[in-house]
Amino acid sequence: MRPAFSVIFLTTLIGVGQGLFLALYAAELGARLSWLPRQTANFYVAGSVIALVFLAVGLFASFFHLGRPERAWRTAAMWRTSWLSREVIVLPAFMAIVFAYGVFHFLGYRGTIALGTLGVIVCVALFVCTAMIYACIRFLQEWASPLTIANFILLGAASGYTLAAAYALVEAPVLIEVYAKWAIVFTLLALCSRIATLARNARIRPRSTLQTAIGVKHPRIEQKAQGFMGGSFNTREFFHGRTPDVVRGVKWGFLVLAFPVPVALLAAGVFWDVPMLILTAFVIQYAGLLAERWFFFAQARHPQNLYYQAMS
Amino acid sequence: MTQLALVIDLNVCVGCHACVTSCKEWNTSGLAGSLVDERPYDRDPTGTFFNRVQTFEVGEFPNTQTVHFPKSCLHCEDPPCVPVCPTGASFKRPEDGLVLVDYDKCIGCKYCAWACPYGVRELDEDRKVMGKCTLCVDRIDNEALPEAERKPACVLACPTNARLFGDIHDTESVVSRAIRENGGYQLMPEWGTQPANHYLPRRKTELRIHRDELDRADNPLKIDGLLPKPPVKDPSLDDVTSW
Repeated sequence: MRPAFSVIFLTTLIGVGQGLFLALYAAELGARLSWLPRQTANFYVAGSVIALVFLAVGLFASFFHLGRPERAWRTAAMWRTSWLSREVIVLPAFMAIVFAYGVFHFLGYRGTIALGTLGVIVCVALFVCTAMIYACIRFLQEWASPLTIANFILLGAASGYTLAAAYALVEAPVLIEVYAKWAIVFTLLALCSRIATLARNARIRPRSTLQTAIGVKHPRIEQKAQGFMGGSFNTREFFHGRTPDVVRGVKWGFLVLAFPVPVALLAAGVFWDVPMLILTAFVIQYAGLLAERWFFFAQARHPQNLYYQAMS
Repeated sequence: MTQLALVIDLNVCVGCHACVTSCKEWNTSGLAGSLVDERPYDRDPTGTFFNRVQTFEVGEFPNTQTVHFPKSCLHCEDPPCVPVCPTGASFKRPEDGLVLVDYDKCIGCKYCAWACPYGVRELDEDRKVMGKCTLCVDRIDNEALPEAERKPACVLACPTNARLFGDIHDTESVVSRAIRENGGYQLMPEWGTQPANHYLPRRKTELRIHRDELDRADNPLKIDGLLPKPPVKDPSLDDVTSW
């Protein structure tokens, strides 16, 4: 598939926002259970604002994927069948809850834990909706796996907690260490599920072949003409158009940038108490996630490409 | 229930692209139009088509077959492109099974094209909505046209009659009979999409001649043996000269 930057930014940015919200809620729950020190309302308010900014920028990016963004309101219609429609409903709902969560803390209302619990449920639902958009297409075999959902959740949580650690530098230095530890845990878990996905995808045997595509039983079939010599939607949308070397480079790029480097920076930042390292960890991990998402799209081989192998 | 569909005979298709051009002509000027072409006479042209004819070579030289393969929307009975549409712009019409796009509802998110394993949906780069074969819904529903012309443009254009059109749920229709009697098959059956369009395989055309046909056994005067049987080599233009 051709990676679309609108969708790459959408999925990574809302992942960060969701992960940050989970971190805020965890801090409040921990404080309520007396496991963690209590934080000022300001910590949650500013944190909610940052999470909202990530979610809003992600939502804004998604509009660039649409040919007719002015009709985007229609997308809420088919939630019974379409995971995309469900995501379109759940994302604004989650944003509303994050907004309300910040407002509740700002005004000092009670019930923030209950609202936050609802937020966690909707947050997980949003992860599932976003991942299922890809995982539900059964003939894109690289995507059609529960590992896709695990990756979206774990990568979102990892980047969100890394951002939370960086945010704690400003608002709640006591939380830096616990956030950094959990960011490392989530990053390592995400590394495990991402490597499992790579291993799975490396041994996929495409179920569709040229034989099933045109229904001719012969081991040797070669396309001689695809029917036109110019370009078309089909020759653009489903090919990433990069050399195998570039794809391999991006793969190793994200395997290094999204996982070991942020883990090392977080650990070093906490150990030697160097705040800049933690912020750097987030920036590098986010860059790694952009590469990860690019590779996620580029790796998926669409069966329609069987019909577009030779110009003439 | 009706399920309109095409049956495409690969044994007969000569790859002339008449179905492609007639499809483009009708659909660019009809209700579905216009199908945009960008830079048609320039470097790197690109265009929107609902129908393509592709060519495959099967086998190894010298034992090869050239298969011309027309490809358009297969109007699946279980279309994977329809449930994924977030707006309901893609739908399967209950009364005749056509898979159609409501251009006024489509937001151009391309998700349906991702969800089609056959690659038959093409985004119109000008109107920014998804386009696809409608089986010329504006012909087959058009009461202003003579009955014989209420067929998809590609079917009417095909010079070798390689494209048949009809209801595959009606067991006595021309398409059902063609599928039944000539081994009609579906593309990519592994995904369970149940394409309505079927393809008829390449088959060996044999001329079967029976002995009695050579002997003019249909001549009643000869069969009954009432008259002396003339040698086969004698002229036999009609009954008079043959006895």
